[in-house]
Amino acid sequence: MSVLVLVETDEGGAVEVSRETLAFVRGTDADVRALVVGEVSPELVEQLGSYGVREVLRADGEAFSSYAAAAWASAVVAAADGVPLVAAAGTPRGNEVLAHVACRLGVAMAANVVAVEGTDPLVVSRQVLGGSALEELPLPDAVAVLTVAGHACEPSTADEPAAPAVREVSVDVPAADLRARVVRTEPGEPDESGSLKSARVVVGAGRGAGSADGFKDLLELTELLDGAALGVSRVVTSLGWRPHHEQVGQTGSRVTPDLYVACGISGAIQHWAGMSTSKTILAINTDADAPMVTKAHYAVIGDLHEIVPAINEELRRRAG
Amino acid sequence: MANVLVCIKRVPDLGGEIRLTADAMGVDDSSLGHTVSPHEEAAVELAIQTAKDTGGEATVLTLGSEDAVEQLRNALALGCTGAVLVEADAAAYGPADVAAAVADVVRDHEAAGTSYDLVLVGNDASDTGDFQVGVRLSYLLDRPVVAGVSTLSVDGGEVTARGGSPDGGTEVYQVALPAVLTVMEGGVEPRYPSIPGRMKAKKIAIDRVTPTGEPQGSGRRRLTLPPAQPSQVTVLGEGPEAAGAVVDLLESLGVTR
Ligand SMILES: Cc1cc2nc3c(=O)[nH]c(=O)nc-3n(C[C@H](O)[C@H](O)[C@H](O)COP(=O)(O)OP(=O)(O)OC[C@H]3O[C@@H](n4cnc5c(N)ncnc54)[C@H](O)[C@@H]3O)c2cc1C
Ligand SMILES: Nc1ncnc2c1ncn2[C@@H]1O[C@H](COP(=O)(O)O)[C@@H](O)[C@H]1O
Repeated sequence: MSVLVLVETDEGGAVEVSRETLAFVRGTDADVRALVVGEVSPELVEQLGSYGVREVLRADGEAFSSYAAAAWASAVVAAADGVPLVAAAGTPRGNEVLAHVACRLGVAMAANVVAVEGTDPLVVSRQVLGGSALEELPLPDAVAVLTVAGHACEPSTADEPAAPAVREVSVDVPAADLRARVVRTEPGEPDESGSLKSARVVVGAGRGAGSADGFKDLLELTELLDGAALGVSRVVTSLGWRPHHEQVGQTGSRVTPDLYVACGISGAIQHWAGMSTSKTILAINTDADAPMVTKAHYAVIGDLHEIVPAINEELRRRAG
Repeated sequence: MANVLVCIKRVPDLGGEIRLTADAMGVDDSSLGHTVSPHEEAAVELAIQTAKDTGGEATVLTLGSEDAVEQLRNALALGCTGAVLVEADAAAYGPADVAAAVADVVRDHEAAGTSYDLVLVGNDASDTGDFQVGVRLSYLLDRPVVAGVSTLSVDGGEVTARGGSPDGGTEVYQVALPAVLTVMEGGVEPRYPSIPGRMKAKKIAIDRVTPTGEPQGSGRRRLTLPPAQPSQVTVLGEGPEAAGAVVDLLESLGVTR
């Protein structure tokens, strides 16, 4: 079976979730082709080959000089050329472009797939409810269109690397595809969610922080720990105590730190969805029965405004 | 003047645990309150702001049961001035069905003299997470669509929309109206309802429509939950006296400086 994967790239080549997607579809015993929009360097071709990609399709030209989801969809449809499965990573772009592709092909799309349950017809299992539950969904159409959820599998390379040929796909991009197109990009704020997503330790804070002024000790704890960032619950952002880019959960960032310290957070499903894959979870909460406490590895019961300063004090004392 | 239609979906407000219905086809929401997704709350806020700024109207729509009137009333209390209930069992509707039903309403209203310059939906529904209704709607209406919008402003016949870019910056779109936008939480602070707002909302008549045609459905076979883990928590102590035990743990994890 042939599969077309839309691969997203940055300076480092194929982004991690795209590499996971390549590893995922390779598991379906497929002849994998990759579509890249924009430049294709020899290093990228070699990298894609190491993931078992047999052919690299490339779409380039004026229509792709700034992002337009519909133009990308035209490229995917041109490159798909009769393949029975089209996949992308479950990123904002992956989900957006493949939704366009599904409309053009007149088929269903399954977002955030984590497993293949059956092949005749194709049945997938996908994340719903922010990743707290899985849905079993058949994709019986002539072309199955799906996105693969982040971290659904390891971005492992193929046992035998391939030496993919590179082929230019000629894409006829109609003017209508460029009605919605990025006209400019503006750089992000220096301290946006990037540092949170890659932090080794996340100090999480919820309603228990009490007020906008209740974060002093929590911020100090992030200073005292190595590679730590502050993450917060939605209650905290919707009350305006902290900015939205610090929110963890279904509609915020997903974090996978070595340690998550959940301070005054109840552990609602939608918050849990964003941090459940943390290696170690330490909960600090007045309520010993809060879901965050019962699901954590470690807990301290009590008022975070007494406990966190005491931890900071002890850290400073031991550091000398 | 820009008229805005904003689409919201009634969903259970889950606590710390999910229970499935006996047939595993949905969430047992019998003992739960209901809400809408944060993305849709942001979309409602943007709809109200845009209508106010341009002297247009903000109309809220949901496809669901009579119970979903609760979510329509909440949006009316915030400042939407019209509400449409497409009466149907939302669980029987896949994303293509929802888009078709919304497109029908847009066309019917247009035929009756009200056209929508902007249709706003959430980026993804918080329960089904299909990521499709907005894009599908744009094809049915032959309008441009931008996904993942966090702020917008309308000027003349054009909307300027901003959303996050993959590298952490901001992408800016300028799109001719009419257009469809899918909204992501984070760019605006949704307002709270006022008491006069709630009083006013009670008086607004809800436009009830019945969808034409049978839905195709989502195709769902069943839901599964990860197996419940028995609690394995180690309580390190109570109150500030536990600080020593916590720092021992932090040291053993190698996360101290
Ligand atoms: C579709 C949808 C998406 C959502 N997305 C997100 C999301 O992305 N992220 C998110 O976080 N939420 C999200 N939510 C909201 C979520 O359902 C919860 O409302 C929210 O996570 C609760 O935040 P909290 O734990 O801070 O507050 P609460 O639930 O109010 O819990 C506060 C906790 O603090 C404890 N506490 C109080 N005072 C103290 C103290 N002095 N010391 C120690 N402990 C104390 C209490 O015992 C309690 O456990 C979403 C909701 C919906 C419907
Ligand atoms: N039953 C519904 N009624 C109204 N709007 C809906 C409904 N289902 C989905 N939507 C809208 O479409 C958005 C995206 O949904 P989805 O594509 O299913 O993830 C949601 O955030 C809503 O704004």
